[in-house]
Amino acid sequence: MKFTLDWLQDHLDTDASADEIGKTLTLVGLELESMEDQGKALSAFVTAHIVSAEQHPNADKLRVCKVDAGTGELIDVVCGAPNARTGLKSVFAFPGTYIPGKDMTIGKGNIRGQVSNGMLCSNAELELSEDHDGIIELPEDTPVGMKYVDYAGINGVVFDISITPNRGDATGVYGIARDLAAFGLGTLKSTDMSPVPSKGPSPIAPLPQLFSGDEPKTIRKFGGRYIKGVKNGPSPAWLQQRLRAVGLRPINAIVDITNLVSLGWGRPLHAYDADKIVGQPVLRNARAGETLDALDNKVYPLDETMTVIADDQGPLCLGGIMGGLRSGSTDETVNVFMECASWDPELVARTGRKTGIVSDARYRLERNVDPALTEPGLELATRLVMELCGGEPMEPAISGEDVFANSVVEFPLAEVRRLTGLSVEPMIVTAILSRLGFEMSGKGETLTVKVPSWRPDVTQKADLVEEVMRMVGVDNIPVEPLPRLNHVAQRMLTTIQNRRRIARRALAARGLDEAVTWSFISHEEASRFGGGQETLQLANAIASDMTDMRPSLLPGLLAAVRRNGNRGSNDLALFEVGQVFLSDAPEGQHTYASGVRSGTARLDGSGRHWSGKAEAVGVFDAKADLAAVLDALGIDIEKVQVLAEPPAWSHPGRGGRIALGPKVTLGWFGELHPAWIDALDLTGPVAAFEIDLDALPEPRKKATKTKPALDLSPLMPLSRDFAFVVDKAVTAGAILRAARGADKALIRDVNVFDVFEGAHVGEGKKSVAIEVTLQPMEKTLTDEEIDKVSAAIVGAVTKASGGVLRT
Amino acid sequence: MVSLSNQEVGHTGPATPSPLGKCRMPSLESFSMSLEQQISTLRAELSAAIAAAADEAGLDAVRVAALGKKGSVSALLASLGSMAPEERKSAGPAINGLKSEIAGLIEAASTVLKAKALDARLAAETVDITLPLQPAPTARGRVHPISQTIDEITAIFSDMGFSIAEGPDIETDYFNFTALNFPEGHPAREMHDTFFMKPGPDGVKKLLRTHTSPVQMRVMQRGNEKPAASYITPRMDPPIRVVMPGRTYRNDSDQTHTPMFHQVEGLVIDKSSHIGQLRWVLEEFLKAYFEVPNVTLRFRPSFFPFTEPSMEVDVQCDRSGSEVKIGEGNDWLEILGCGMVHPNVIRNAGLDPDVYQGFAWGMGIDRIAMLKYGMPDLRAFFDADQRWLDHYGFRPLDLPTLFGGLSS
Repeated sequence: MKFTLDWLQDHLDTDASADEIGKTLTLVGLELESMEDQGKALSAFVTAHIVSAEQHPNADKLRVCKVDAGTGELIDVVCGAPNARTGLKSVFAFPGTYIPGKDMTIGKGNIRGQVSNGMLCSNAELELSEDHDGIIELPEDTPVGMKYVDYAGINGVVFDISITPNRGDATGVYGIARDLAAFGLGTLKSTDMSPVPSKGPSPIAPLPQLFSGDEPKTIRKFGGRYIKGVKNGPSPAWLQQRLRAVGLRPINAIVDITNLVSLGWGRPLHAYDADKIVGQPVLRNARAGETLDALDNKVYPLDETMTVIADDQGPLCLGGIMGGLRSGSTDETVNVFMECASWDPELVARTGRKTGIVSDARYRLERNVDPALTEPGLELATRLVMELCGGEPMEPAISGEDVFANSVVEFPLAEVRRLTGLSVEPMIVTAILSRLGFEMSGKGETLTVKVPSWRPDVTQKADLVEEVMRMVGVDNIPVEPLPRLNHVAQRMLTTIQNRRRIARRALAARGLDEAVTWSFISHEEASRFGGGQETLQLANAIASDMTDMRPSLLPGLLAAVRRNGNRGSNDLALFEVGQVFLSDAPEGQHTYASGVRSGTARLDGSGRHWSGKAEAVGVFDAKADLAAVLDALGIDIEKVQVLAEPPAWSHPGRGGRIALGPKVTLGWFGELHPAWIDALDLTGPVAAFEIDLDALPEPRKKATKTKPALDLSPLMPLSRDFAFVVDKAVTAGAILRAARGADKALIRDVNVFDVFEGAHVGEGKKSVAIEVTLQPMEKTLTDEEIDKVSAAIVGAVTKASGGVLRT
Repeated sequence: MVSLSNQEVGHTGPATPSPLGKCRMPSLESFSMSLEQQISTLRAELSAAIAAAADEAGLDAVRVAALGKKGSVSALLASLGSMAPEERKSAGPAINGLKSEIAGLIEAASTVLKAKALDARLAAETVDITLPLQPAPTARGRVHPISQTIDEITAIFSDMGFSIAEGPDIETDYFNFTALNFPEGHPAREMHDTFFMKPGPDGVKKLLRTHTSPVQMRVMQRGNEKPAASYITPRMDPPIRVVMPGRTYRNDSDQTHTPMFHQVEGLVIDKSSHIGQLRWVLEEFLKAYFEVPNVTLRFRPSFFPFTEPSMEVDVQCDRSGSEVKIGEGNDWLEILGCGMVHPNVIRNAGLDPDVYQGFAWGMGIDRIAMLKYGMPDLRAFFDADQRWLDHYGFRPLDLPTLFGGLSS
């Protein structure tokens, strides 16, 4: 919200400098966004006259203007504003002027073949408001070539503050002055809101509120006042300047008064031209199909949840949001019907969101407007109308009731110290609160505090602590160490938290880069990777490729491979450790560690190199990555099941599943299916793996951290080689398992050292050669013992594999 | 050569070493030279042959020709048997002397030839050691700045006695809003730009959490049920000290906002903690995180539905150069929001706000990572551009610890 220093001084008697005020605003919670000396920032802009505006020969939306900026010669300016027209008075920037709203300096130019020496400006370009619908329109009698800041009277200091949603009371300059006064920066000046005597009964009866019991009803109390015989027209210079300084466009005295009261006291008003109201106006909800031609020249469709003020012809005004064009006040208005009403903030907010209208009225009313101001606000408006436009006020037409919170809080003074650590003298606490409008009774340790009507956000003790704290200043709270619970911190990470950390470092140490990709992916990709259920779809996705919660990390990683490929980088090694969503339930969220290698990005390097040729990534690269992560997490891949059950995304003959018993899948690995490579628009080969970190078994709790005793044998180990001819389908895993099981005490290790196929082995057969290491523990093995264990190994393997020993 | 200096007699003219294969054995039957002469000739011939041997194989041929079974020296030795005892008395030592002399020469020559052979091999084995390596896996792999920052945060707060709490990304309206004192229809709810899930069969509309604060309530709330999954932090009894990092989502996208981002929330609940201690925790954290001796914070009263009093915190910094310097300068940078946990929230958790109290704070992980490490654009965090990851990522063994320093 913007306001000027002199406007603030209307409400606050203070000697404080603008800097001091700016700092204090932030201190008390009214964050200063900017403080600007408009006279300086905008001193180069001048008033100007568009002597002629003609269609640009080469551009539909541009006009070529001849501008008189008081220099004695006409300046050529190309302007894109829809309202640039012959005869208009506006604001002009000479070449070399810095345009704050565009953060650029305008130069001499040529726009589509037409010379342009300067710029006609909108309010947004001058950062006076958000209004960039067109260039500024000034009255016809505006002198030409005058400094715009002098003409508009905006040569003072302008504050812009941001107001939190709970502080409806600070949406008017008066409320801001009240906070500053409570802080001690001056004295609040009161406003005369006493009743203005009426000249007779109101020609418009109090507005009936026509709502059935279960309808949403936005209106609470509606106050209207008929003021007869006003003389409307441009408002006085001081009022116009004040509005311009904060970015509002003066319209006419009546409308300007409504804006003055809205910004000055945070009390929005609406002024109807009473002669344009047909029949008795009423309050009701809009009917389906009704629309409002609003004051912003746009047409809004209305629905049954929105309260309107309507006459015989339909909606005149969307309650609490914006008035309609049909009954708006103009220079010709003679009889005014001034509205000051209180509304349900939540319903105003809802209507505001539905229609998308952002108005000064909505901004205030959805934040709460002091319900005690409904009738006084109407009196203030009436008084201002009479001062500026004359006229005879009729009796107020009031219907409905205001809603007062009337909160009373029992406030133990010790709460301030309990919650903030700050010691504040009781006298200071009561002084602060009373300056903020709180009424206190009781003595001693606990006060009974009555909350003023403009602070419905204050409902309990903690709220009062905040009031005291923000007036004392948080910087004055002494800093105090938080006592330690343990002098040496205990283990802080849970198993899964440690797993994520370890998996991440293990994969990075294998040369993969960690990516963080979106939790949501396209529906197509989610479905392809086994997700896409309705309950995992966003109802309001931000983009079509971010609609579904990911069932796997691979789509994100593969998309990254594709993007990097498009940038010319085809050997990628990427991983992510992150959440996937198997259902929308909390337990459906798992952490996966997944990785992809593409092109030749293998462990020992990628691309062409003098030391060896660049080999394409394959299934064993993925398996090795997966095994490394499992190992880092304490699981030996040789001790879990490696099953030839590839996931859907894998080459059917080059992928597998890692399992722990029939129910627990730890992960998958494989080469990406060639059809998927095509479908996902990838080029090279890709090897990938996924590990479900949540599926890993919780490590067993042990009584001590002692490792099992190390039993070292003094005897030499010996090894024996065996080669078996087996069917091609027999897995090495089965052979190893059988061999290892042949004599668990003696066999220390079994390794596959050769695998080959060929005509001499037989059609559909392969030869698998294993090396078995035997470790005698007590005495050297005799030939008989070695023969015995060899026979057991051959027996076990041939039985398990159906193969024969090669001789 | 040692053996040559032992020569007793000058020999008769230079001996031309005959080709080894044609080396004649002296014959006793056709004895025409004295034994001394024979020995002397043999010594001269063999010495020359040894000296001429170019390699170990050549030397070995000389050895066989001299000392082998049928060698010339061996033949001379064999002739002792047919000598008269008198003759043998003087011939024996002379012939044996020749034998050991030749053996010594061969051994010495062998040592020299071996050394030469090794030198030659080593010379042949020379490689160009300037040839480049393939970079090591640890030189290639990088940890994402978000993970690194979370590890840094974890290192600091675990030292301060905080554990890490977690909850699900797909949340209920209750945990994300209602329990945290966001009234239905309140503008603050709207400011969150919430992503909603399509309603389930029961008609309930879940949402993507807009902040990590729902974890506060999951940790604080009373009750006996176990969490639905092991990653979800179980309920705790006060005193509670947790930090809650995680992914959060808002329907918003521009240069400084992405629809997904990371937040870290902190929560302290006990019977005495207050804003003075909150200030201490935040100052200590920010000092440790930015690795600077001092930070100056500015606390501004503000509004959050789930804290009262609420504050926003700015950190003093210098933004005059290309880098943001925390702990010096004249600029203020908004860095986090905080406050005392709202009595309604404590009440919603089933605790008595007149007995229990505490504070909470929240900040953007991506944002503080950008401030510390200087990435200019948030959107690049999620783009997985290899060049970006290699540049802004961290080495796998750069483990942030307090004892070793958070960053190298």
